[in-house]
Amino acid sequence: MITFERVSKRYAEGRDALSEVSFEIRPDELVFLTGHSGAGKSTLLRLIMLMERPTRGRVTVDGRDLARVGRRGIPRHRRDIGVVFQNHQLLMDRNVFHNVALPLVIAGHDHREIGRRVRAALDKVGLLPRERALPVSLSSGEQQRVGIARAVVGRPRILLADEPTGNLDPALSAEIMQLFEAFSRVGVTVLIASHDLTLISRLHHRILTLREGRLVGSGGP
Amino acid sequence: MSRERVLRRDGAISSRAGLLDRGRAWLSHHRDSAADSLGRLLARPLGSLLTCLAIGIVLALPAVLAQALEEFRQLSGDWQAPDRISLFLRESVSEEAALAWREELEALPAVARVDFLSRDDALVEFRELSGFADVLDGLEQNPLPHLLLVAPAASEQAAQLRARLLRDERVAEAVLDSAWLARLQQLTDLGRRVVWVLGGLLLLGVVLILGNTLRLAIESRREEILVVKLVGGSDAFVRRPFLYTGLWYGVGGGLCAGLLVVAVFALVGPAATELAALYGARSSPLGPEPMAIPYLVLLGALLGLAGAWLAVSRHLGEIEPS
Repeated sequence: MITFERVSKRYAEGRDALSEVSFEIRPDELVFLTGHSGAGKSTLLRLIMLMERPTRGRVTVDGRDLARVGRRGIPRHRRDIGVVFQNHQLLMDRNVFHNVALPLVIAGHDHREIGRRVRAALDKVGLLPRERALPVSLSSGEQQRVGIARAVVGRPRILLADEPTGNLDPALSAEIMQLFEAFSRVGVTVLIASHDLTLISRLHHRILTLREGRLVGSGGP
Repeated sequence: MSRERVLRRDGAISSRAGLLDRGRAWLSHHRDSAADSLGRLLARPLGSLLTCLAIGIVLALPAVLAQALEEFRQLSGDWQAPDRISLFLRESVSEEAALAWREELEALPAVARVDFLSRDDALVEFRELSGFADVLDGLEQNPLPHLLLVAPAASEQAAQLRARLLRDERVAEAVLDSAWLARLQQLTDLGRRVVWVLGGLLLLGVVLILGNTLRLAIESRREEILVVKLVGGSDAFVRRPFLYTGLWYGVGGGLCAGLLVVAVFALVGPAATELAALYGARSSPLGPEPMAIPYLVLLGALLGLAGAWLAVSRHLGEIEPS
């Protein structure tokens, strides 16, 4: 579902964020991406999101060579991918419902369909009673779950998460990971960047390890 | 086929909205953007009002000038061009010779009519009209020449005819009575050009005012734009609310301009009408064009869209998730 073939990314200042990275993630896999901060985890996710373009190599997502996706194709490409950010990236002046509805509004679904799907997604993350709340009134863990609901509401085939448990205590982190595992079980490809090794080593999934931009391990569970 | 596969396919299909749904959603996003943009402007009424007033003043200025110029043009159009050449003859020309020449001139195809005013008649007329009777009495002899009043057949040929007659040695001076009207006409044309250029500059000013206002609006919603782009919002989707913001500012500005124009004519109109009456013009009161407000609102709306488009195309591209 996601394939990297000898992908390198060098930034303008000459720093190599990724060098010669190759791997493949199968459609129903849940894979962790780990490494110290600055090892290239974020860069790798940004290449998949087309927030960056690789300097060399080829990235393929869902059979599509990203080099062939032009500027105008980027929004469409991003709509096929659900993303969970470490800092949530919620709209602080909109309530929970409207935050989660955003991808559906963008994709152009009708109001009834949006209401139905948003409530289903909120139900999945256990936040249905808070749909009218503003993000500021939610705890960090709840905000993260709103972010997850927004990422999955469009039923994407790929779910990316960048340090989704970064600010959460261990119990909440485990809860969030269970949510991702549930999505993986219904066939969503999940890639989670995390440096919380104790947590991810307990959850028997494949782990890709980056060190200074190189892939040093892609061990199975 | 495994259970996962079925689910996945279902997910893939239903994550795409149908064409009809998308059309309806497009309309509803337009409606939402329009309402949301208006709501944001109304949420800070003073700032929005000031922006609209600034646009209104800049729009009202050329509108008032153009309207005033148009009134003046109509007014001066009421004054008939006399199109008459006054031929002042040399003193050596006798009354008989002048009368004989009058016959000759009337026979010319370029001439419609010739009237003769003898120096004595002219003196009587001048005495009555000028109020210089005492001064004229003090003179030993009549200082006035004989006068032939030549009406050209066609007013376009008046100047040409005057030049031809001036070459005749019997003529001391030939005056085309419509010359000052032609000068006035030229001045009016010049005025119109100035209004056009000024108007163009001021309209450009409106676009720039709006561009800058929109730049600030975009900057203040930077985070939101980033999030929308990250979850797959197209450029058009991101642009839409800002275009509506520009549209509303433009409509508000046009409305302000319309009210200002009406106010200006209410203040200046009566005095100008009196002045016009003194010049013997028709006495219909001066006032703004009845369609002035709708026109200005439409103009404001177009300029608002233009300014927003300018700002949005310049600044939205700079905001990319990174």
